[in-house]
Amino acid sequence: MARAVTTQRKIVFTALAWGIGLMIFFPILWTILTSFKTEATAIADPPVFFNFDWTLENYRVVQERSDYMRYLWNSVALALGSTFLGILIAVPAAWSMAFVPARRTKDVLLWMLSTKMLPAVGVLYPIRLILIQLGLLDSKIALIFILMLINLPIIIWMLYTYFREIPGEILEAARMDGATLKDEILYVLTPMAIPGIASTVLLNIILAWNEAFWTLTLTTVNAAPLTAFIASYSSPEGLFYAKLSAASTMAIAPILIMGWFSQKQLVRGLTFGAVK
Amino acid sequence: MGRITLDKVRKAFGDVEVIPPLDLRIEDGEFVVFVGPSGCGKSTLLRLIAGLEDVSGGEIRIDGTDATHLSPAKRGLAMVFQSYALYPHMTVRKNIAFPLKMAGMDKAEIDRRVDGAAKVLNLSSYIDRRPGQLSGGQRQRVAIGRAIVREPSAFLFDEPLSNLDAALRVGMRLEISELHKRLATTMIYVTHDQVEAMTMADKIVVLRAGHIEQVGSPLELYRTPRNTFVAGFIGSPKMNLIEGAEAEKHGAHTIGVRPEHFQISAEGGTWTGTIGVSEHLGSDTFFHVTVPGFAEPLTIRAGGEVDLHYGDTIHLTPDASQIHRFDAKGLRLS
Ligand SMILES: Nc1ncnc2c1ncn2[C@@H]1O[C@H](COP(=O)(O)OP(=O)(O)OP(=O)(O)O)[C@@H](O)[C@H]1O
Ligand SMILES: [Mg+2]
Repeated sequence: MARAVTTQRKIVFTALAWGIGLMIFFPILWTILTSFKTEATAIADPPVFFNFDWTLENYRVVQERSDYMRYLWNSVALALGSTFLGILIAVPAAWSMAFVPARRTKDVLLWMLSTKMLPAVGVLYPIRLILIQLGLLDSKIALIFILMLINLPIIIWMLYTYFREIPGEILEAARMDGATLKDEILYVLTPMAIPGIASTVLLNIILAWNEAFWTLTLTTVNAAPLTAFIASYSSPEGLFYAKLSAASTMAIAPILIMGWFSQKQLVRGLTFGAVK
Repeated sequence: MGRITLDKVRKAFGDVEVIPPLDLRIEDGEFVVFVGPSGCGKSTLLRLIAGLEDVSGGEIRIDGTDATHLSPAKRGLAMVFQSYALYPHMTVRKNIAFPLKMAGMDKAEIDRRVDGAAKVLNLSSYIDRRPGQLSGGQRQRVAIGRAIVREPSAFLFDEPLSNLDAALRVGMRLEISELHKRLATTMIYVTHDQVEAMTMADKIVVLRAGHIEQVGSPLELYRTPRNTFVAGFIGSPKMNLIEGAEAEKHGAHTIGVRPEHFQISAEGGTWTGTIGVSEHLGSDTFFHVTVPGFAEPLTIRAGGEVDLHYGDTIHLTPDASQIHRFDAKGLRLS
C-alpha cells in the first residue's frame, strides 16, 4: 500500500506544481494572446482565448507610433553596461572576501545586503537633485551607474558564494605545482569561476532589464528603456489593452528568449550556488 | 636529494602557539611518518615544510640551503592532499602534466613523463577523463601521479588515504611503500592511523600539542616508548597502563604491559580477573578483563581459538621482560 500512497502523492504534487506554474505564467500568456487581438476582442466579455481573428495590427501601430528600436537599444545598453561595470567591481571584491577574509568580512557582507532593505523612494529626490546638478538627468551613463550600484550587493553575494565553493587546497596544489599568481588565476581559478560568473552575469542582466523604478523616474526621452516604452502605453486616456499588450510583449520578448536559452545557468544562479 | 632540517621552527596563529620551537632532521630517502592525535599540529608542520604557511620563527633547510622564506614552488617538494585537490576542469592527463607545464618543459618530454606515470599508476585507461568521473582510489592515484612526474626532492602526504575505504586503504598503503622503495625519494607522511605509521615508516615522529614526544624507528617506539603517551599511542590495541600498588612493586608510578605480553592460564598467575567483552578476529582474540583493584580493564591478546567466555575467571602473568616502567611524570624509567 505504501507504494500506492506515494504514487497518489506524486500525482497530487505534480498537478499542484503545474497549477502553480500555469498560474504564474498566465498573465504573460494572456498578454501575448491579447497582443494579437483587436481592441474590441481584447475587452470582450466573456473573454476569448484562442478562437479570434489573429492580427499583427497592434504591432504595426506600436512600431509606427513609437520608436521601439531606440528603447530596445537603451535597454540593452543599460543592462549590459551596468552588468559589465558591476562585474568589474564585484569580481575582485568577492574574490578578496572569499579567499582572504578579514575579521569583519561577514559584517561587510551583511551591511551591503542591508542597503537593499532601504526603500528606493527614500533616496529618489537626493539622487534626482544630484543628477540635475550634474546635468545627467536622462543620461544613460548616470543610469548605468545607478543600476550597477543597486544590483552590486546581490552580485557580490552571488559571486562570494561561488568563490567560497572553490576549495583552497586546489589553489595550494597549484602553488606547489609551481604556478605563479598569474598562472594560478589563468589556468586554475578562472576556469573554475567562470560558470559562477556566467550565472551572475545572466541574472544581473535580467535584474537590470526589469528595473522599473529608477529607469522611469530618472529618464524622459534619450535614456528611456523598454520599461518607459510600456509605461507610455498605459496612459489613462483611452485604454488600448491590445496595443499595451503588444508593447509589453515586445519589451519582454528579448529577455524571455534569453532566459529560455539559459535556464540551466539561471537556476544555478538563483539558488546562489547551493545545488550542483 | 631530499635532506630536510628544521631548526627551532615555531608557528603561532595569532596568540595561539600551535608549534613551539621544534628541531627535526629528515635524512635523504627516508620515509618519515608524523603521527599524533587530531589537532596536534601534524598538518601545520607539513604545511610549514611545504611553504604553504610562513614560520613564526626558526629555520627550514632543504639540502643544506635555507628555504625558510622560499615560495612553495621553489622548494622542489610535491604534496598530495587529503582531499586530492585535483583540478576539476582538467582531464587526468592535464592534471598530471600541470606541474611540468608550469616548469616550461617541452611537449614531447611532458607526454613521455605523463604516459610513464599513468602506466605505473594504472591510469592509462582513464587518462582522458575528468576527476569527477573517477573513483576515490583513482583520484588518489592521479594526485600521486601529479606529484611523481616532477621528480621532486621530497614528497609530502597529508592523510592521503583517509577518504578511502578500508580495503582500498591497505592496497594504496602498499603501493605508496613500493613507490618509496623504487624511487628512494624522501617522503613525509602525515597520518593519525598508527597501523599506517608502523607499517610504512622508516622513522616515526610522535607529536602531541606541537611537541615532538619521540622520534625513532617503529620497533624502537614499540620496544622503548619514552613516555606513557607514546606507549599508549604506538601499538594496537593500546598498551595497558597500570598505576598504584602493583606499579610500586616494580618501583614505578605506572607500569605498562602490551596485550600481547601476557601468559594466560586457568590455574593461577600474578593477577586474577573476570572476562568481560571479547573480540574474536579469527587469528587473535582480545579479552577485556576486569581485575579487582585496577582502575581500568586490561586488554589481553590470546590465540585464535581459546575456549573462554564472558564471566569466566582468568589468571594473568605479565611477561617479566616486557614490563615498561614510568615515573610520576610519565617518563620511562630504565
Ligand atoms: N589557519 C589557522 N588558524 C588558526 N588556527 C589554526 C589554523 N590552522 C590550524 N590551526 C590550529 O592549529 C592546531 C593544529 O592543527 P593541524 O591542522 O595542524 O592539526 P592536525 O594534527 O593536522 O589534526 P588532524 O589530525 O585533525 O588533521 C589546531 O588546534 C588548529 O585549530
Ligand atoms: Mg591534519
